[in-house]
Amino acid sequence: MLSAIAEGLQRVFQLDAELWRIVLLSLEVSLSAVLLATLLGLPLGAALAVKRFPGRRGAIVTLNALMGLPPVVVGLLVYLLLSRAGPLGELGLLFTPGAMIIAQTILILPIIAALARQALEDAWREYEEQLRSLGAQGMQAALTLLWDARFSLITAVLAGLGRASAEVGAVMIVGGNIDGVTRVMTTAIALETSKGDLPLALGLGFVLIAIVLVLNAGAQLVKEAAQRRFG
Amino acid sequence: MSSSILPLTLDNVAYASNGQRIIAGVSLSIEAGPSTVILGANGAGKSVLMRLMHGLLRPTAGRVRWSEADPASLRRRQAMVFQRPVMLRRSALANVVYALQLAGVPSGEREAQARAALDEVGLRHLAQRPARVLSGGEQQRLALARAWALHPEVLFLDEPTANLDPSAAREIETVIKAFDAAGTKIVMATHNLGQARRLGDEVIYLQAGRVLERAPIEQFFARPATAEAAAFVKGELPWV
Amino acid sequence: MGVALAAAIAGFITVASTTSTEQSGLFRHLLPIFTAKSGIEVRVVAVGTGQALDIGRRGDADVVLVHAKPLEEKFLAEDHAVRRQDVMYNDFVLLGPKSDPAKLAGTKDVVTAFQRIRAARAPFVSRGDRSGTHFAELEIWKLAGIDIGREKGPWYRDTGQGMGPALNTAAAMDAYILADRGTWLTFRNRGDLAIVVEGDKRLYNQYGVMLVNPAKHPSVKREMGQAFIDWLVSADGQKAIADYRIGGEQLFFPNAHE
Repeated sequence: MLSAIAEGLQRVFQLDAELWRIVLLSLEVSLSAVLLATLLGLPLGAALAVKRFPGRRGAIVTLNALMGLPPVVVGLLVYLLLSRAGPLGELGLLFTPGAMIIAQTILILPIIAALARQALEDAWREYEEQLRSLGAQGMQAALTLLWDARFSLITAVLAGLGRASAEVGAVMIVGGNIDGVTRVMTTAIALETSKGDLPLALGLGFVLIAIVLVLNAGAQLVKEAAQRRFG
Repeated sequence: MSSSILPLTLDNVAYASNGQRIIAGVSLSIEAGPSTVILGANGAGKSVLMRLMHGLLRPTAGRVRWSEADPASLRRRQAMVFQRPVMLRRSALANVVYALQLAGVPSGEREAQARAALDEVGLRHLAQRPARVLSGGEQQRLALARAWALHPEVLFLDEPTANLDPSAAREIETVIKAFDAAGTKIVMATHNLGQARRLGDEVIYLQAGRVLERAPIEQFFARPATAEAAAFVKGELPWV
Repeated sequence: MGVALAAAIAGFITVASTTSTEQSGLFRHLLPIFTAKSGIEVRVVAVGTGQALDIGRRGDADVVLVHAKPLEEKFLAEDHAVRRQDVMYNDFVLLGPKSDPAKLAGTKDVVTAFQRIRAARAPFVSRGDRSGTHFAELEIWKLAGIDIGREKGPWYRDTGQGMGPALNTAAAMDAYILADRGTWLTFRNRGDLAIVVEGDKRLYNQYGVMLVNPAKHPSVKREMGQAFIDWLVSADGQKAIADYRIGGEQLFFPNAHE
C-alpha cells in the first residue's frame, strides 16, 4: 500500500505538463461552479432565512433534501438538457467545460443555499429587531445580513467546493472525459482506475486531496484572522 | 422636520404570543417633555410594551397611534437601544454611518455626523475599532451614538444597563441624561429603582401586562397608590 | 512549413467510441497524425458501444467508431447513419486465474471453454453493460448452447461496468473474464489473471465506423467527420493503425479493404 502510494506520487509528477492542464481545468470548472452557485445560492438562502411566505417550510425541506442529489442523476439531467436532441442542444455545450460547470453548479447550489440559509437564520434571529428598528427592510436587510455573516458563509461555500471538486459522476457524463478538453482530476482518476493503473490513480487522488486541503486551510485561515479582527 | 410625532397614544393595546397574554389592555399617552420610566419586575411585560410602542411588534388587539401618519418618517424620528446591543461586523464608525445611510442622510454628510455622535458618547478614540471587539459598556455607548446620530425625537431604552458593571452603567446614564437635556424624549424600561430615580421624571408601573399606576417620580416612591407598587418599591433593592 | 500550416486547427469533431480504443492508447497514437495532416481536432468520448451509439442517436457526436455489428446494423436501420465501414479488428481473449479451476489449459476452442466454466460453476465476471465485449460474450454463450439469462448462478457476476473495472473485479475474485486484447495489454492491475484461450476465430472483434446521418441530425459536421472516416480507411490511416504496438505486439489489424 505504502509503496503503491510512493510509486503513484512519483508517476504523477512525471506527468508534469499534462498533470497541470488537468489540475487547472479541475480548478477552473469547480471554482466557476462555486462562484455561480454562490451568486445564486446566497440570495436564495437569505430570502429563505428572512422572508416568511406560505410554503417556506416545504421549500426548506426540499432544499435540504437536494443537498444529497446524486451526481449521476444531475449529470444525466444536464446531459438530456444539453444534448443536441434536448431543449438546449442549440448551444452546443455538451462535452465542453461549460457543461461541466453547469452540472456542478446545479449539484452544489442546494448545498450552498441550504447551509447559508441555516447560518443566516441564526444571524437574523440576532439582528432582526435591531435592523428593523434602524429601518432596514427586505433587500437591504438581506444584504446587511449576508455581509455580516460572511465568515460563517465561508463554511457553506467550502462545503460546495468540496463537493464540486470530489464528484465524478456528473462531469463524466456531461464532459465525456475527453483527453485535453474535459478531462479533470476525478475523471482522470476514474480512467486510470479502469485501466488498472491503481498507483497512478492513487497518486492523482492524493494531488486532488492536497489541492482541496490547501484551499480549505487557506479559507479557514482567512476566516479565523477576520473573526479575530472583526469579532 | 415638521410637527412632533408625539403624543404617542396606546388605545386598549393587548398582545399575546402562543396563546399567552403578555400585555392586557393598556391605554396610555406618551407626551413630549418629561422622561418616562417603565418600571416593573422581570416578566411584567416592559420589553414587549416598548416594542409595541416602537413598532417592532403588532398589537393583537387595540391600536398604537402617533400624531404622524407617514411610516417612513415615523421610523426615522424614533430610535431604540436594546438591553444587548447588536453591532454589525464593521468599525464603530461604520456602524453609525450605516444607521445614517438607512435614515437617508446624504453620503457626504454621514461621516461627519457619525463622528459627532461618537464624540457625544466619548468613543472618538475607538472610531476605527471593530464594533464587536469593544467591551459591553463601549458597545452600549456605541448603540447610544448610533441612535443619537439620527437625532430622534423619541428614544426608547430597554434595560440599557442590565448587563453592565456599575461603572459602565454610570457612563451610560450620563449619556442618557445628556440626551434628555438636549430635548429628546426618553422612554426607558428598567427594574432598577435607583436608575429610575436618577433618570426618570415620571413612572409607569407595569405588572402582569397591566398599567397599575402612573405618577411623577417623587410621588411614586413616596406614596405608591397601589399595594402591588408599594410591595415592589419595598422588595426591590434600590441598588447603586 | 507545410505541416505547420496544415496543423492550424480548422475545427473539431466529436467521436463517440469505446473504452477499448481509448484505453488501449490507440487514439493517442492515431489522432495527432490525423490532426497534423488535416487540421481537424478529434475529441473522443469513450464509453461502452451501446452508450456510444446512443450518443450518436441524440446527435451528440459526428462519428461513431464501435464494435458490435448487430447494434451497428440497428443504428443503420433506424437511419441514424447511412453507411457503415469496416476499419479494423482486434481480438478478445479469455482470461482466467492461474489456478484454472475449470481446467481450460490447452483448450483452443472458446465455446468448449465456456461450457467447462459453466460445468465447473467457476467464477465468471461479465461486463453486463451492453458493450461490444458484452455482446460478444453473450454470443459465445449462445454458441455453447447455454441460456445464460436462465442459467446464471452465483458463479456468474454481472457487474454492469466498463472493461477496466470489470477486470479489476475479476482480478480481485480470481474469476474468468472475456476481455479485448488491447485493454488487457495495457491493464496493470492483473493480479493472478492470465490468458487461457486465444486465437479462436470466434474471438475476432470487428470495429466499424459511421458518420452520424446529417439529414437526421443537422448539427453533425459532415465534411470534417467524413474526412476523418476517409482517412481511417485510407492507406495512410490503415498503416497508422497497423503501426500501433505495445511492447512490440500489434493490437489492431486494419481490414477496411478486405
